Amino acid sequence: ANWDKVLQNIYQYYMNETPQRTKLIDVFLAFIAVVGALQFLYCILAGNYPFNAFLSGFGATVGQFVLTISLRIQTAAANKSDFPEVSPERAFADYVVCSLILHFFCVNFIN
Amino acid sequence: MAVETPKGPALGYTTESTRALFRVVILCFIAAAAIASRLFSVIRFESIIHEFDPWFNFRATKYLVANGFHKFWDWFDDRTWHPLGRVTGGTLYPGLMVTSGAIYHALKTLTVPVDIRNICVLLAPACSGLTAFATYLLTNEMTTSPSAGLLAAIFMGIAPGYISRSVAGSYDNEAIAIFLLVFTFYLWIKALKLGSMLWGALCALFYGYMVASWGGYAFITCLLPVHALTLICMGRYSSRLYVSYTTWYALGTLASMQIPFVGFLPIKTSEHMPALGIFGFIQLIGFIEYVRSAISGRQFQTFLVTILVATFGLGLLGLVGLTSLGYIAPWSGRFYSLWDTGYAKIHIPIIASVSEHQPTAWPSYFFDLNFLVWLFPAGVYLCFQELRDEHVFVVVYALFGSYFSGVMVRLMLTLTPVVCVAAAMSASQILDTYLSWKSVVPAEEQEAPKKVRGGLRGVEKPNVGIYSPLTKVLVSGSILVYLLMFVSHCTWVTSNAYSSPSVVLASRMPDGSQHIIDDYREAYQWLRQNTKEDAKIMSWWDYGYQIGGMADRPTLVDNNTWNNTHIATVGKAMSSREEVSYEIMRQHEVDYVLVVFGGLLGYSGDDINKFLWMVRIAEGIWPDEVKERDFFTSQGEYRVDEGATDTMKNSLMYKMSYYNYASLFPPGQAADRVRQVRVPDQGPVINTIEEAYTSENWIIRIYKVKDLDNIGRDHVNAAAFERGQKKKKPTKKRGARVLRVD
Repeated sequence: ANWDKVLQNIYQYYMNETPQRTKLIDVFLAFIAVVGALQFLYCILAGNYPFNAFLSGFGATVGQFVLTISLRIQTAAANKSDFPEVSPERAFADYVVCSLILHFFCVNFIN
Repeated sequence: MAVETPKGPALGYTTESTRALFRVVILCFIAAAAIASRLFSVIRFESIIHEFDPWFNFRATKYLVANGFHKFWDWFDDRTWHPLGRVTGGTLYPGLMVTSGAIYHALKTLTVPVDIRNICVLLAPACSGLTAFATYLLTNEMTTSPSAGLLAAIFMGIAPGYISRSVAGSYDNEAIAIFLLVFTFYLWIKALKLGSMLWGALCALFYGYMVASWGGYAFITCLLPVHALTLICMGRYSSRLYVSYTTWYALGTLASMQIPFVGFLPIKTSEHMPALGIFGFIQLIGFIEYVRSAISGRQFQTFLVTILVATFGLGLLGLVGLTSLGYIAPWSGRFYSLWDTGYAKIHIPIIASVSEHQPTAWPSYFFDLNFLVWLFPAGVYLCFQELRDEHVFVVVYALFGSYFSGVMVRLMLTLTPVVCVAAAMSASQILDTYLSWKSVVPAEEQEAPKKVRGGLRGVEKPNVGIYSPLTKVLVSGSILVYLLMFVSHCTWVTSNAYSSPSVVLASRMPDGSQHIIDDYREAYQWLRQNTKEDAKIMSWWDYGYQIGGMADRPTLVDNNTWNNTHIATVGKAMSSREEVSYEIMRQHEVDYVLVVFGGLLGYSGDDINKFLWMVRIAEGIWPDEVKERDFFTSQGEYRVDEGATDTMKNSLMYKMSYYNYASLFPPGQAADRVRQVRVPDQGPVINTIEEAYTSENWIIRIYKVKDLDNIGRDHVNAAAFERGQKKKKPTKKRGARVLRVD
C-alpha cells in the first residue's frame, strides 16, 4: 500500500469520528507538543546550563501531555469498556489532581 | 487464624459486616504479632540502636529534631571524613529521618512527649505492622480467596527474612522502605486494574516517598517497566496500562528528582533507562493502537512494520550511542556487580568486603522463609493458571526477586514480600479446596445418581471433588501443622538469630546466667568524656558511625564509603610501618587511633581479621607501598604468632592490637583466642603513639598519637633514649653526615 493513502485514511477517520470535545483536547495537545519541542530546540541551541530548569519545563510539558492523553482516552466513548469504573467527570477530577501534583513538583524543581 | 473466616457463612453469620469485623480483628492481631515479635532485643537488653548504619540515621534524626527541617536539608557535617566533611543533606535518603521527626512532633503536639531515641528504636516494628497490612491489600488484588490476604499478612508480619532487617532498634532505611515497596506495588496494581489516573498519581507519590527513603527504589523503577513490557509482549496492551504507566512515570520521575541525593540520576543513569524506554515505547504503542482502529488491516500492516522497526531501532541505537558517548552513565559498580557477580571482588574490594554482599546459600532460604519457600513456586504456578495482568506482575517480581536474592544476601529482603504473597495464594487455595463444608454437588444432583443407577456408567458425569471428611481433615490438618510450625520457627529464628544488638555482646556464664560485655560503649564513653571536643579519631570505617553517634567525636572515615581514596589512606596508615603511619596521621590531624581486638575474648569480628581488606583497599591505591603478599608467610599463610612476617609484625595494626598483650598471661602462655595461636612473649614496641585506653575485655584499644619530639628527634630515637637504650660507649667516630643547608 502507499503512504499517502494511509495518511489520508487516518485524516478522514479523525475528522469524521472525533467528537468536538475531543478535538478541543487535541488542540491543547498540539500546543503542548509545540511548546515542548520549542524548549527542546532551545536547549539544543543554547545549551542546558540550568539543567533543572530545562528538566522541569520539559517535564511539565511531557507530563501534561501524557495526562491530557490519559484524559482523552478515558473520556472517549470508544474506550468505555476499558474503564468501567471511571466516568468522564471522575476522569476530569483525576486529571485536575494529577496536574496539580505535577505542577507542584515542577515549580519546586525549577527553584 | 485466617482459617476461621471462610467458615463464617456456614455458621450462620452471613452478613458482610461480621466478616469485616473478623478481618479487622485478625488484622489487628497480625499487626500486634508483627510488633511483638520484634521486641526481643528491647526486652532482653535495652532500648538502643543496633548495628552501624542506624547510628548515623539516629544522629541525623537528632540533628533534624534539634535544628529543624531547613537546617537539616543543607546540613554540612564537619564531624565526619575529617579534612573533607560531608554534605549530608545531599548524600542521604531523608525519608527515614523526616518520618520519625514528623512522628516526634506529632506526638509532642498530642502532649505525649516521647524521647526521639525511642521513636527511632520502635519505628521499624511500627512499620512492620503497616507492611503486613499493605501485603494484605496487595494479595487481595491478586485473588478472590478471602483467606489469602490474611495469610499473606501474617506471613509478612513474622517472616524472618523481613524481621532480620526490622527488629526494634534496627533504625535503618529498610525499616520503612519495605512498607513503601509493598504499598507502591499495591497502588500500581490498583492503578493498572482500574486504569485510573488518581491511583497512578498515588503510586507515584508513594514511589517518591520510597525514593526518599531507600536506594533500593531502583528495584521498583526497573520492575514496573519490565511488567509493562511483559504485558505488551503478551499482547495485553490496554489503554489502562497506558494511563497508569504514563501517570506513574511522569509524576514519579519528577517526584524522585526532588530528592537532592537522586537529582538528575533518573535522566542520566542506566538503571533508570528501562523506565524511560518503556515510557517512549508505550507512547508508540498507544499511537499505533489508535491508528489500527482508523485504517484497514492491509494498510495497517505496512504502517506498523515501518514505524516499529524504525523507532525501535532508532531508540536502541540512541541509547547505546548516548551511553558510549558518556551522556548516560553506565551501571554503577554496586548495580553492575549484581549482573557480573565476580566484578566487585576484582575491581572494587570495598563492595566485596561487606558481608551482606555475598551470594546466598541454600540454607538461608529455609532459615528465612521456612515453608513459604516451597509454597512460593506453587503460588507462582497458580498465577499462571489464571494469568491476569496482576498475576503477570507476581511472576515477573518472583523471577527477578529470586535472581537478585540469590546473588546478594541482603536482597532476600526484597524477595520476601512476593514469597509471602505467592505462598499465601497457594496455601489459601489448598485451604479453600479442603475446608469447604458445602458438598461439591448441589442437592438435587445428589439425588440424581440414585435414580439413574442402572444406566451406563460412562454417561454419568463423574463428580470430581473432595467428599470424604477424612481427607479434608487430614489435608487441612497438615497445613495447620505447617502453619503452627512456621510460627514457632519464626519466633525461634527471631529470638536467637536476629535479636542481638551487636553493640553489647551477650555471653553465658557457666551457670547459665547472662553476662553482658559492654566494651564498645565503655570505650566510646571514655572518648566522649576524656578527650577534647574536636579530637579526631582514626579507626577502620566500620566503626565510623558508632564513634560519631556514641562518642560524638570527628572521624576520618565512616560507613558511608563515598571516598575510596580516603579509606585507602586509613588502610595504608593501619598497614604500614609506624614511621610511615605517623606521617599520615600527622597530616590528617589524628589525635586518637581506635582498634578493635578480640583476641582475649574470642570475638572474631575484630580488626586483625579485617586487616587483609585494609591491605587490599590500600594496595588498590598505592601498589608500590602496600603489598598484600608481604603479609603472608612464604608458605602463603596469614599468621600472627612467631611466624608472622616482618611486615605484619611492623604494621601499626599488629602493634596496636598486641601491644602489652603478652603481659596478661604467665610467660609463654599468651594466646590469641580468635586465631587460636600462641603469640610471642616479647610484644611489639610502639614509639610514635601511646596507649590511652583499653577496655575491660580488651576489645577496644585506643591510642593517642604523640606530639612531635620537643628537641626534634624522631620518635624511634626518642623512645629508645627514654628506655635507656642509648649506646654505652658513644662512638667517637664521625658518622656519615650531610651538609647543613640552611
